[in-house]
Amino acid sequence: MITADRKPFEEIKASVKDYDKIMVLGCETCVAICQAGGEKEAEILASELKLAFGNEGKKVEVNDEHVIRQCDDEFMADPAFLEKVKEADIILSIACGVGVQHACNFFNRTITDKPIRVVPGLNTTFMGANIDVGLWEERCLGCGDCVLERTGGICPITRCAKSLLNGPCGGSSNGKCEINKDTDCAWHLIIERLEVLGELDRIKPVEMYKDWRPSHSGGPRKRVREDLRL
Amino acid sequence: MKSGSNLERLLEKGEFIITGELGPPKGTDVEVVKEKAAMLKGNVDAVNITDNQTAIVRMSSIATSKILIDEGLEPTMQMVARDRNRLAMMSDLFGANALGIRNMLCLSGDHQSFGNHPEAKNVFDIDSIQMIYMVKTMRDEHKVICGDEIEGDFKMFIGAASNPFADPFQYRVHRLAKKVEAGLDFVQTQCIYDMKRFKEFMKQVVDMGLHERCKILAGVTPLKSVGMARYMAANVSGITIPEDMIERLKGAGKGNVAAEGIKIACEQIQELRALEGIAGVHLMAIEWEHRVHEIVEMAGLLPRPKG
Repeated sequence: MITADRKPFEEIKASVKDYDKIMVLGCETCVAICQAGGEKEAEILASELKLAFGNEGKKVEVNDEHVIRQCDDEFMADPAFLEKVKEADIILSIACGVGVQHACNFFNRTITDKPIRVVPGLNTTFMGANIDVGLWEERCLGCGDCVLERTGGICPITRCAKSLLNGPCGGSSNGKCEINKDTDCAWHLIIERLEVLGELDRIKPVEMYKDWRPSHSGGPRKRVREDLRL
Repeated sequence: MKSGSNLERLLEKGEFIITGELGPPKGTDVEVVKEKAAMLKGNVDAVNITDNQTAIVRMSSIATSKILIDEGLEPTMQMVARDRNRLAMMSDLFGANALGIRNMLCLSGDHQSFGNHPEAKNVFDIDSIQMIYMVKTMRDEHKVICGDEIEGDFKMFIGAASNPFADPFQYRVHRLAKKVEAGLDFVQTQCIYDMKRFKEFMKQVVDMGLHERCKILAGVTPLKSVGMARYMAANVSGITIPEDMIERLKGAGKGNVAAEGIKIACEQIQELRALEGIAGVHLMAIEWEHRVHEIVEMAGLLPRPKG
Protein backbone atom coordinates (compact mmCIF):
# COMPACT_ATOMS: atom_id res chain seq x y z
CA MET A 1 0.00 0.00 0.00
CA ILE A 2 0.92 3.65 -0.34
CA THR A 3 1.50 5.42 2.97
CA ALA A 4 1.29 9.10 3.77
CA ASP A 5 1.41 11.57 6.65
CA ARG A 6 -0.73 14.61 7.12
CA LYS A 7 1.06 17.86 6.40
CA PRO A 8 1.54 20.22 9.37
CA PHE A 9 -1.79 21.93 10.08
CA GLU A 10 -0.39 25.43 9.63
CA GLU A 11 0.89 24.53 6.15
CA ILE A 12 -2.54 23.14 5.18
CA LYS A 13 -4.32 26.18 6.60
CA ALA A 14 -2.04 28.56 4.69
CA SER A 15 -2.72 26.72 1.45
CA VAL A 16 -6.51 27.23 1.69
CA LYS A 17 -6.74 30.52 3.61
CA ASP A 18 -7.68 32.65 0.60
CA TYR A 19 -10.81 30.68 -0.22
CA ASP A 20 -14.31 30.81 1.26
CA LYS A 21 -15.63 27.43 0.23
CA ILE A 22 -13.31 24.53 0.93
CA MET A 23 -13.91 20.86 0.24
CA VAL A 24 -11.73 18.39 2.15
CA LEU A 25 -11.68 15.28 -0.01
CA GLY A 26 -10.74 11.95 1.57
CA CYS A 27 -9.71 8.77 -0.20
CA GLU A 28 -10.94 5.48 1.20
CA THR A 29 -8.17 3.16 -0.01
CA CYS A 30 -4.46 3.18 0.95
CA VAL A 31 -4.38 6.42 2.94
CA ALA A 32 -7.54 5.42 4.81
CA ILE A 33 -5.89 2.18 5.91
CA CYS A 34 -2.82 4.04 7.16
CA GLN A 35 -5.19 6.52 8.82
CA ALA A 36 -3.92 9.63 7.13
CA GLY A 37 -6.53 10.55 4.54
CA GLY A 38 -9.75 8.53 4.77
CA GLU A 39 -13.33 9.53 5.56
CA LYS A 40 -12.64 9.96 9.28
CA GLU A 41 -9.51 12.05 8.71
CA ALA A 42 -11.38 14.24 6.20
CA GLU A 43 -14.06 14.91 8.80
CA ILE A 44 -11.49 15.76 11.48
CA LEU A 45 -9.47 18.04 9.22
CA ALA A 46 -12.62 19.88 8.09
CA SER A 47 -13.60 20.46 11.75
CA GLU A 48 -10.12 21.69 12.63
CA LEU A 49 -10.14 24.15 9.74
CA LYS A 50 -13.62 25.44 10.66
CA LEU A 51 -12.51 25.93 14.23
CA ALA A 52 -9.23 27.62 13.33
CA PHE A 53 -10.77 30.03 10.81
CA GLY A 54 -13.75 30.58 13.14
CA ASN A 55 -11.41 31.62 15.96
CA GLU A 56 -9.95 34.22 13.64
CA GLY A 57 -13.45 35.51 12.87
CA LYS A 58 -13.20 34.37 9.28
CA LYS A 59 -16.42 33.11 7.69
CA VAL A 60 -15.54 29.98 5.78
CA GLU A 61 -17.56 27.02 4.60
CA VAL A 62 -15.65 23.77 4.99
CA ASN A 63 -17.24 20.52 3.83
CA ASP A 64 -15.83 17.06 3.80
CA GLU A 65 -16.37 14.39 1.19
CA HIS A 66 -14.71 11.10 0.36
CA VAL A 67 -14.49 8.72 -2.56
CA ILE A 68 -13.34 5.10 -2.75
CA ARG A 69 -10.31 5.99 -4.86
CA GLN A 70 -9.08 9.31 -6.21
CA CYS A 71 -6.72 7.52 -8.61
CA ASP A 72 -9.57 6.15 -10.72
CA ASP A 73 -12.15 8.04 -12.83
CA GLU A 74 -15.02 5.69 -12.08
CA PHE A 75 -15.11 6.48 -8.35
CA MET A 76 -15.45 10.23 -8.94
CA ALA A 77 -17.94 10.27 -11.81
CA ASP A 78 -21.11 10.71 -9.76
CA PRO A 79 -22.84 13.89 -11.13
CA ALA A 80 -24.08 14.97 -7.66
CA PHE A 81 -20.51 14.73 -6.33
CA LEU A 82 -19.12 16.64 -9.30
CA GLU A 83 -21.67 19.37 -8.68
CA LYS A 84 -20.29 19.80 -5.14
CA VAL A 85 -16.76 19.89 -6.52
CA LYS A 86 -17.79 22.66 -8.90
CA GLU A 87 -19.36 24.67 -6.09
CA ALA A 88 -16.20 24.62 -3.98
CA ASP A 89 -13.48 27.27 -4.38
CA ILE A 90 -10.73 24.83 -3.57
CA ILE A 91 -10.42 21.07 -3.13
CA LEU A 92 -8.10 20.01 -0.33
CA SER A 93 -7.33 16.43 -1.32
CA ILE A 94 -6.00 14.13 1.36
CA ALA A 95 -5.27 11.31 -1.03
CA CYS A 96 -1.70 10.29 -1.90
CA GLY A 97 0.14 12.28 -4.55
CA VAL A 98 -1.32 10.03 -7.24
CA GLY A 99 -4.85 10.72 -6.03
CA VAL A 100 -4.29 14.49 -5.80
CA GLN A 101 -3.01 14.66 -9.37
CA HIS A 102 -5.59 12.33 -10.79
CA ALA A 103 -8.52 14.05 -9.03
CA CYS A 104 -7.24 17.39 -10.38
CA ASN A 105 -6.91 15.99 -13.86
CA PHE A 106 -10.32 14.30 -13.76
CA PHE A 107 -12.18 17.32 -12.35
CA ASN A 108 -10.69 19.61 -14.99
CA ARG A 109 -11.49 17.14 -17.74
CA THR A 110 -15.12 16.73 -16.70
CA ILE A 111 -15.91 20.22 -15.42
CA THR A 112 -15.09 22.44 -18.35
CA ASP A 113 -16.78 25.73 -17.47
CA LYS A 114 -14.62 26.48 -14.42
CA PRO A 115 -11.03 25.66 -13.51
CA ILE A 116 -10.86 23.44 -10.43
CA ARG A 117 -8.08 24.08 -7.93
CA VAL A 118 -6.78 21.02 -6.02
CA VAL A 119 -4.11 21.17 -3.29
CA PRO A 120 -2.60 18.36 -1.18
CA GLY A 121 -3.15 17.84 2.54
CA LEU A 122 -0.74 14.93 2.85
CA ASN A 123 2.91 14.17 2.24
CA THR A 124 3.04 10.86 0.41
CA THR A 125 5.80 8.72 1.85
CA PHE A 126 6.29 5.19 0.54
CA MET A 127 5.07 1.82 -0.70
CA GLY A 128 5.08 -0.26 2.41
CA ALA A 129 3.44 -2.77 4.68
CA ASN A 130 1.63 -2.49 8.00
CA ILE A 131 4.14 -4.34 10.19
CA ASP A 132 2.40 -3.91 13.53
CA VAL A 133 -0.30 -1.76 15.07
CA GLY A 134 0.62 1.81 14.16
CA LEU A 135 3.80 0.76 12.33
CA TRP A 136 4.44 0.85 8.58
CA GLU A 137 7.73 0.13 6.86
CA GLU A 138 8.94 0.79 3.32
CA ARG A 139 9.25 -2.36 1.22
CA CYS A 140 9.38 -1.46 -2.48
CA LEU A 141 10.87 1.38 -4.54
CA GLY A 142 9.22 0.25 -7.77
CA CYS A 143 12.59 -0.16 -9.54
CA GLY A 144 10.90 -2.07 -12.35
CA ASP A 145 13.19 -5.12 -12.21
CA CYS A 146 12.51 -7.23 -9.12
CA VAL A 147 15.47 -9.01 -7.49
CA LEU A 148 13.57 -10.68 -4.63
CA GLU A 149 13.94 -14.12 -6.20
CA ARG A 150 17.67 -14.10 -5.45
CA THR A 151 17.68 -12.19 -2.17
CA GLY A 152 15.50 -14.39 -0.02
CA GLY A 153 12.43 -12.21 -0.50
CA ILE A 154 14.05 -9.15 1.13
CA CYS A 155 14.63 -6.13 -1.11
CA PRO A 156 18.15 -4.64 -0.92
CA ILE A 157 17.24 -1.81 -3.30
CA THR A 158 14.63 -0.53 -0.87
CA ARG A 159 15.78 -1.73 2.51
CA CYS A 160 19.53 -1.11 2.24
CA ALA A 161 20.22 2.62 2.75
CA LYS A 162 22.80 2.39 -0.07
CA SER A 163 20.73 0.09 -2.33
CA LEU A 164 23.70 -2.26 -2.46
CA LEU A 165 23.37 -5.33 -4.66
CA ASN A 166 26.46 -6.93 -3.13
CA GLY A 167 26.05 -6.11 0.55
CA PRO A 168 26.40 -5.79 3.44
CA CYS A 169 28.71 -2.79 3.65
CA GLY A 170 31.16 -2.34 6.49
CA GLY A 171 28.59 -0.37 8.47
CA SER A 172 26.47 -3.35 9.43
CA SER A 173 26.60 -3.86 13.18
CA ASN A 174 24.62 -6.32 15.29
CA GLY A 175 22.10 -6.69 12.49
CA LYS A 176 21.47 -2.95 12.30
CA CYS A 177 22.20 -0.33 9.65
CA GLU A 178 24.90 2.30 10.17
CA ILE A 179 22.45 5.13 9.60
CA ASN A 180 20.13 4.23 12.44
CA LYS A 181 20.17 1.64 15.22
CA ASP A 182 16.40 1.16 14.74
CA THR A 183 16.81 0.15 11.11
CA ASP A 184 17.57 -3.46 10.27
CA CYS A 185 20.51 -4.13 7.96
CA ALA A 186 18.75 -5.55 4.89
CA TRP A 187 21.79 -7.61 3.95
CA HIS A 188 22.00 -9.10 7.42
CA LEU A 189 18.36 -10.18 7.01
CA ILE A 190 19.06 -11.53 3.52
CA ILE A 191 22.01 -13.60 4.72
CA GLU A 192 20.04 -14.97 7.68
CA ARG A 193 17.11 -15.89 5.45
CA LEU A 194 19.28 -17.52 2.77
CA GLU A 195 21.11 -19.50 5.45
CA VAL A 196 17.80 -20.89 6.73
CA LEU A 197 16.81 -21.74 3.17
CA GLY A 198 20.22 -23.34 2.57
CA GLU A 199 20.73 -20.95 -0.35
CA LEU A 200 23.66 -18.81 0.81
CA ASP A 201 25.55 -19.74 -2.36
CA ARG A 202 23.09 -17.65 -4.33
CA ILE A 203 24.75 -14.41 -3.24
CA LYS A 204 28.35 -15.56 -3.70
CA PRO A 205 28.64 -14.60 -7.39
CA VAL A 206 29.08 -10.87 -8.07
CA GLU A 207 25.74 -9.27 -8.83
CA MET A 208 26.34 -7.11 -11.89
CA TYR A 209 25.41 -3.47 -12.53
CA LYS A 210 21.71 -2.78 -12.29
CA ASP A 211 19.87 -1.47 -15.32
CA TRP A 212 17.98 1.49 -13.88
CA ARG A 213 16.01 2.20 -17.05
CA PRO A 214 12.86 0.41 -15.84
CA SER A 215 13.00 2.61 -12.70
CA HIS A 216 12.23 6.31 -12.39
CA SER A 217 15.78 6.98 -13.70
CA GLY A 218 14.46 6.10 -17.15
CA GLY A 219 11.98 9.00 -16.91
CA PRO A 220 8.29 9.01 -15.88
CA ARG A 221 6.90 5.56 -16.53
CA LYS A 222 3.87 4.43 -18.46
CA ARG A 223 2.24 1.02 -18.59
CA VAL A 224 0.34 0.07 -21.72
CA ARG A 225 -1.66 -3.12 -22.11
CA GLU A 226 -2.64 -3.09 -25.76
CA ASP A 227 -5.05 -5.98 -25.22
CA LEU A 228 -7.03 -3.87 -22.75
CA ARG A 229 -7.01 -0.65 -24.75
CA LEU A 230 -10.24 0.35 -26.46
CA MET B 1 52.53 -4.65 -14.49
CA LYS B 2 48.90 -3.69 -14.13
CA SER B 3 49.52 -0.10 -13.18
CA GLY B 4 53.22 0.49 -12.84
CA SER B 5 52.68 2.09 -9.46
CA ASN B 6 55.27 2.03 -6.71
CA LEU B 7 52.76 0.24 -4.47
CA GLU B 8 52.24 -2.53 -7.00
CA ARG B 9 55.99 -2.94 -7.65
CA LEU B 10 56.86 -3.18 -3.96
CA LEU B 11 54.05 -5.65 -3.29
CA GLU B 12 55.18 -7.77 -6.22
CA LYS B 13 58.73 -7.75 -4.84
CA GLY B 14 57.34 -9.03 -1.55
CA GLU B 15 58.35 -5.98 0.47
CA PHE B 16 56.38 -5.40 3.68
CA ILE B 17 54.33 -2.35 2.75
CA ILE B 18 53.22 0.61 4.78
CA THR B 19 50.57 2.96 3.45
CA GLY B 20 49.37 6.18 5.03
CA GLU B 21 46.31 8.33 4.85
CA LEU B 22 45.67 12.02 4.21
CA GLY B 23 42.35 13.78 4.58
CA PRO B 24 42.01 16.74 2.17
CA PRO B 25 41.13 20.16 3.63
CA LYS B 26 37.57 21.46 3.91
CA GLY B 27 38.37 24.07 1.32
CA THR B 28 41.10 25.17 -1.02
CA ASP B 29 44.12 25.36 1.26
CA VAL B 30 46.83 23.62 -0.74
CA GLU B 31 49.43 24.41 1.94
CA VAL B 32 47.66 22.08 4.39
CA VAL B 33 47.98 19.25 1.87
CA LYS B 34 51.66 20.05 1.28
CA GLU B 35 52.41 20.16 5.01
CA LYS B 36 50.75 16.80 5.64
CA ALA B 37 52.45 15.35 2.56
CA ALA B 38 55.86 16.49 3.84
CA MET B 39 55.26 14.64 7.11
CA LEU B 40 54.39 11.44 5.26
CA LYS B 41 57.11 11.62 2.59
CA GLY B 42 59.70 8.90 2.92
CA ASN B 43 57.76 7.22 5.71
CA VAL B 44 55.07 5.43 3.70
CA ASP B 45 54.91 3.79 0.26
CA ALA B 46 51.59 5.27 -0.85
CA VAL B 47 49.03 7.61 0.69
CA ASN B 48 45.27 7.13 0.65
CA ILE B 49 43.45 10.34 -0.26
CA THR B 50 39.98 10.19 1.18
CA ASP B 51 36.90 11.09 -0.87
CA ASN B 52 34.60 13.33 1.18
CA GLN B 53 35.11 11.03 4.16
CA THR B 54 32.22 10.75 6.62
CA ALA B 55 30.22 12.59 3.96
CA ILE B 56 31.82 15.95 4.76
CA VAL B 57 32.66 18.17 1.79
CA ARG B 58 36.39 18.44 1.18
CA MET B 59 38.82 19.13 -1.63
CA SER B 60 38.34 16.43 -4.26
CA SER B 61 40.31 13.26 -3.97
CA ILE B 62 41.54 13.61 -7.56
CA ALA B 63 42.88 17.15 -7.12
CA THR B 64 44.51 16.31 -3.79
CA SER B 65 46.08 13.19 -5.32
CA LYS B 66 47.59 15.32 -8.08
CA ILE B 67 49.07 17.71 -5.52
CA LEU B 68 50.66 14.71 -3.81
CA ILE B 69 52.19 13.52 -7.07
CA ASP B 70 53.68 17.00 -7.55
CA GLU B 71 55.10 16.77 -4.03
CA GLY B 72 56.81 13.48 -4.92
CA LEU B 73 54.47 11.07 -3.13
CA GLU B 74 52.31 8.31 -4.54
CA PRO B 75 48.58 8.67 -3.90
CA THR B 76 45.89 6.03 -3.65
CA MET B 77 42.78 7.87 -4.74
CA GLN B 78 39.65 6.83 -2.87
CA MET B 79 36.35 6.88 -4.73
CA VAL B 80 32.93 6.39 -3.13
CA ALA B 81 29.74 5.16 -4.79
CA ARG B 82 27.67 7.64 -2.81
CA ASP B 83 28.44 10.75 -4.87
CA ARG B 84 28.88 9.60 -8.48
CA ASN B 85 26.98 7.60 -11.03
CA ARG B 86 28.79 5.33 -13.47
CA LEU B 87 29.31 8.12 -16.01
CA ALA B 88 30.94 10.41 -13.46
CA MET B 89 33.08 7.58 -12.10
CA MET B 90 34.48 6.55 -15.46
CA SER B 91 35.03 10.13 -16.53
CA ASP B 92 36.84 10.92 -13.26
CA LEU B 93 38.90 7.76 -13.66
CA PHE B 94 40.03 8.88 -17.11
CA GLY B 95 40.95 12.23 -15.63
CA ALA B 96 42.76 10.63 -12.70
CA ASN B 97 44.71 8.38 -15.04
CA ALA B 98 45.66 11.33 -17.22
CA LEU B 99 47.00 13.10 -14.12
CA GLY B 100 49.21 10.13 -13.25
CA ILE B 101 47.11 8.51 -10.53
CA ARG B 102 47.76 4.76 -10.59
CA ASN B 103 46.24 3.39 -7.35
CA MET B 104 42.65 3.63 -6.26
CA LEU B 105 40.28 2.38 -3.59
CA CYS B 106 36.70 1.43 -4.49
CA LEU B 107 34.32 2.17 -1.61
CA SER B 108 30.58 2.38 -0.91
CA GLY B 109 31.06 5.52 1.19
CA ASP B 110 29.54 6.58 4.48
CA HIS B 111 25.87 7.45 4.20
CA GLN B 112 25.30 11.19 3.73
CA SER B 113 23.27 11.32 6.95
CA PHE B 114 26.61 11.30 8.84
CA GLY B 115 27.98 14.34 7.11
CA ASN B 116 27.45 18.08 6.81
CA HIS B 117 24.84 17.83 4.03
CA PRO B 118 22.36 15.25 5.29
CA GLU B 119 19.72 16.80 2.99
CA ALA B 120 21.63 15.57 -0.07
CA LYS B 121 20.34 12.95 -2.49
CA ASN B 122 22.74 10.04 -2.75
CA VAL B 123 23.62 8.17 -5.92
CA PHE B 124 24.62 4.53 -5.36
CA ASP B 125 24.15 3.76 -9.04
CA ILE B 126 26.72 0.96 -8.73
CA ASP B 127 28.18 -0.49 -5.55
CA SER B 128 31.80 -0.89 -4.47
CA ILE B 129 32.09 -4.45 -5.80
CA GLN B 130 30.68 -3.47 -9.17
CA MET B 131 33.09 -0.52 -9.15
CA ILE B 132 36.02 -2.94 -8.79
CA TYR B 133 34.71 -4.93 -11.73
CA MET B 134 34.21 -1.75 -13.74
CA VAL B 135 37.80 -0.56 -13.19
CA LYS B 136 39.17 -4.03 -13.98
CA THR B 137 37.18 -4.08 -17.24
CA MET B 138 38.50 -0.63 -18.10
CA ARG B 139 42.07 -1.72 -17.43
CA ASP B 140 42.14 -5.28 -18.77
CA GLU B 141 39.62 -5.11 -21.59
CA HIS B 142 40.18 -1.46 -22.36
CA LYS B 143 36.45 -0.84 -22.44
CA VAL B 144 33.93 1.23 -20.56
CA ILE B 145 30.83 -0.48 -19.13
CA CYS B 146 28.79 -0.23 -22.34
CA GLY B 147 31.58 -1.92 -24.30
CA ASP B 148 32.98 1.15 -26.07
CA GLU B 149 36.76 1.17 -26.49
CA ILE B 150 38.82 3.49 -24.30
CA GLU B 151 41.00 5.90 -26.24
CA GLY B 152 44.51 5.85 -24.82
CA ASP B 153 46.05 3.90 -21.97
CA PHE B 154 44.25 3.10 -18.75
CA LYS B 155 46.25 1.74 -15.87
CA MET B 156 45.11 1.30 -12.29
CA PHE B 157 46.03 -0.78 -9.25
CA ILE B 158 42.66 -1.66 -7.76
CA GLY B 159 42.06 -1.56 -4.04
CA ALA B 160 39.13 -1.80 -1.68
CA ALA B 161 38.40 -1.90 2.02
CA SER B 162 37.35 -4.81 4.19
CA ASN B 163 35.83 -4.59 7.63
CA PRO B 164 36.44 -7.92 9.35
CA PHE B 165 34.65 -6.59 12.42
CA ALA B 166 31.28 -5.70 10.91
CA ASP B 167 28.39 -8.16 10.95
CA PRO B 168 27.46 -10.81 10.12
CA PHE B 169 31.00 -11.95 10.99
CA GLN B 170 30.84 -15.33 9.23
CA TYR B 171 29.96 -13.58 5.94
CA ARG B 172 32.78 -10.99 5.97
CA VAL B 173 35.32 -13.28 4.34
CA HIS B 174 32.83 -14.13 1.60
CA ARG B 175 32.36 -10.45 0.89
CA LEU B 176 36.13 -10.10 0.52
CA ALA B 177 36.06 -13.16 -1.76
CA LYS B 178 33.46 -11.43 -3.92
CA LYS B 179 35.71 -8.38 -4.19
CA VAL B 180 38.63 -10.60 -5.19
CA GLU B 181 36.38 -12.30 -7.75
CA ALA B 182 35.43 -8.88 -9.12
CA GLY B 183 39.10 -8.06 -9.73
CA LEU B 184 40.70 -6.71 -6.56
CA ASP B 185 44.49 -6.27 -6.43
CA PHE B 186 44.84 -5.16 -2.81
CA VAL B 187 42.69 -4.58 0.22
CA GLN B 188 43.09 -2.45 3.32
CA THR B 189 41.24 -3.55 6.45
CA GLN B 190 39.37 -1.57 9.06
CA CYS B 191 41.65 -0.70 11.98
CA ILE B 192 42.38 -3.68 14.16
CA TYR B 193 42.24 -3.74 17.95
CA ASP B 194 40.62 -7.12 18.51
CA MET B 195 43.55 -9.22 17.33
CA LYS B 196 41.80 -12.49 18.23
CA ARG B 197 38.90 -11.81 15.89
CA PHE B 198 41.23 -10.56 13.18
CA LYS B 199 43.27 -13.77 13.37
CA GLU B 200 40.07 -15.79 13.00
CA PHE B 201 39.24 -13.73 9.92
CA MET B 202 42.73 -14.17 8.48
CA LYS B 203 42.57 -17.91 9.00
CA GLN B 204 39.44 -17.97 6.82
CA VAL B 205 41.18 -15.73 4.27
CA VAL B 206 44.20 -18.03 4.09
CA ASP B 207 42.06 -21.19 4.00
CA MET B 208 40.26 -19.76 0.97
CA GLY B 209 43.56 -18.72 -0.62
CA LEU B 210 42.44 -15.11 -0.97
CA HIS B 211 45.85 -13.79 0.18
CA GLU B 212 47.39 -15.36 -2.91
CA ARG B 213 45.04 -13.52 -5.24
CA CYS B 214 44.99 -10.16 -3.48
CA LYS B 215 47.48 -8.34 -1.26
CA ILE B 216 46.19 -7.74 2.24
CA LEU B 217 47.19 -4.64 4.20
CA ALA B 218 46.13 -4.66 7.85
CA GLY B 219 44.63 -1.46 9.24
CA VAL B 220 46.33 0.17 12.23
CA THR B 221 45.21 3.33 13.99
CA PRO B 222 47.22 4.42 17.02
CA LEU B 223 45.04 5.43 19.98
CA LYS B 224 45.80 8.99 21.09
CA SER B 225 43.77 8.91 24.28
CA VAL B 226 41.39 6.86 26.39
CA GLY B 227 38.58 9.12 25.16
CA MET B 228 39.39 8.31 21.55
CA ALA B 229 39.37 4.60 22.33
CA ARG B 230 35.94 4.87 23.97
CA TYR B 231 34.63 7.01 21.08
CA MET B 232 35.83 4.57 18.41
CA ALA B 233 34.37 1.61 20.25
CA ALA B 234 31.01 3.38 20.53
CA ASN B 235 30.81 4.93 17.05
CA VAL B 236 32.75 2.90 14.53
CA SER B 237 30.95 -0.15 13.22
CA GLY B 238 32.12 -3.37 14.80
CA ILE B 239 35.06 -1.83 16.63
CA THR B 240 35.69 -3.42 19.96
CA ILE B 241 38.72 -2.37 21.92
CA PRO B 242 39.83 -4.98 24.44
CA GLU B 243 39.50 -3.71 28.01
CA ASP B 244 43.14 -4.59 28.84
CA MET B 245 44.28 -2.25 26.01
CA ILE B 246 42.26 0.59 27.53
CA GLU B 247 43.63 -0.25 30.98
CA ARG B 248 47.16 -0.14 29.57
CA LEU B 249 46.53 3.34 28.13
CA LYS B 250 45.09 4.53 31.44
CA GLY B 251 48.01 3.02 33.31
CA ALA B 252 50.50 5.07 31.27
CA GLY B 253 49.48 8.09 33.32
CA LYS B 254 48.95 11.73 32.45
CA GLY B 255 51.04 12.98 29.55
CA ASN B 256 52.16 9.51 28.53
CA VAL B 257 48.98 8.08 27.00
CA ALA B 258 49.81 9.05 23.41
CA ALA B 259 53.28 7.53 23.67
CA GLU B 260 51.76 4.35 25.05
CA GLY B 261 49.25 4.36 22.15
CA ILE B 262 52.14 4.54 19.69
CA LYS B 263 53.92 1.71 21.50
CA ILE B 264 50.80 -0.43 21.27
CA ALA B 265 50.48 0.36 17.54
CA CYS B 266 54.10 -0.69 16.95
CA GLU B 267 53.54 -3.96 18.81
CA GLN B 268 50.43 -4.54 16.68
CA ILE B 269 52.45 -3.94 13.52
CA GLN B 270 55.01 -6.55 14.63
CA GLU B 271 52.25 -9.04 15.45
CA LEU B 272 50.51 -8.42 12.12
CA ARG B 273 53.77 -8.75 10.21
CA ALA B 274 54.20 -12.26 11.57
CA LEU B 275 50.71 -13.30 10.39
CA GLU B 276 50.38 -15.46 7.30
CA GLY B 277 48.81 -13.57 4.41
CA ILE B 278 49.60 -10.04 5.58
CA ALA B 279 51.51 -8.04 2.96
CA GLY B 280 51.73 -4.81 4.89
CA VAL B 281 49.93 -2.33 7.10
CA HIS B 282 47.72 0.64 6.38
CA LEU B 283 48.49 3.26 9.00
CA MET B 284 45.56 5.57 9.58
CA ALA B 285 47.03 8.20 11.87
CA ILE B 286 44.03 10.50 11.80
CA GLU B 287 45.16 14.14 12.20
CA TRP B 288 48.39 12.72 13.55
CA GLU B 289 50.52 12.93 10.44
CA HIS B 290 53.33 14.52 12.47
CA ARG B 291 53.76 11.32 14.49
CA VAL B 292 53.91 8.97 11.47
CA HIS B 293 57.70 9.15 11.12
CA GLU B 294 58.12 8.23 14.79
CA ILE B 295 55.67 5.31 14.52
CA VAL B 296 57.19 3.88 11.36
CA GLU B 297 60.71 4.25 12.76
CA MET B 298 59.76 2.61 16.06
CA ALA B 299 58.11 -0.23 14.15
CA GLY B 300 61.47 -0.83 12.43
CA LEU B 301 60.11 -0.06 8.96
CA LEU B 302 62.58 2.65 7.95
CA PRO B 303 64.06 3.35 5.51
CA ARG B 304 61.34 2.59 2.98
CA PRO B 305 62.46 0.49 0.02
CA LYS B 306 62.83 2.03 -3.43
CA GLY B 307 60.25 0.85 -5.98
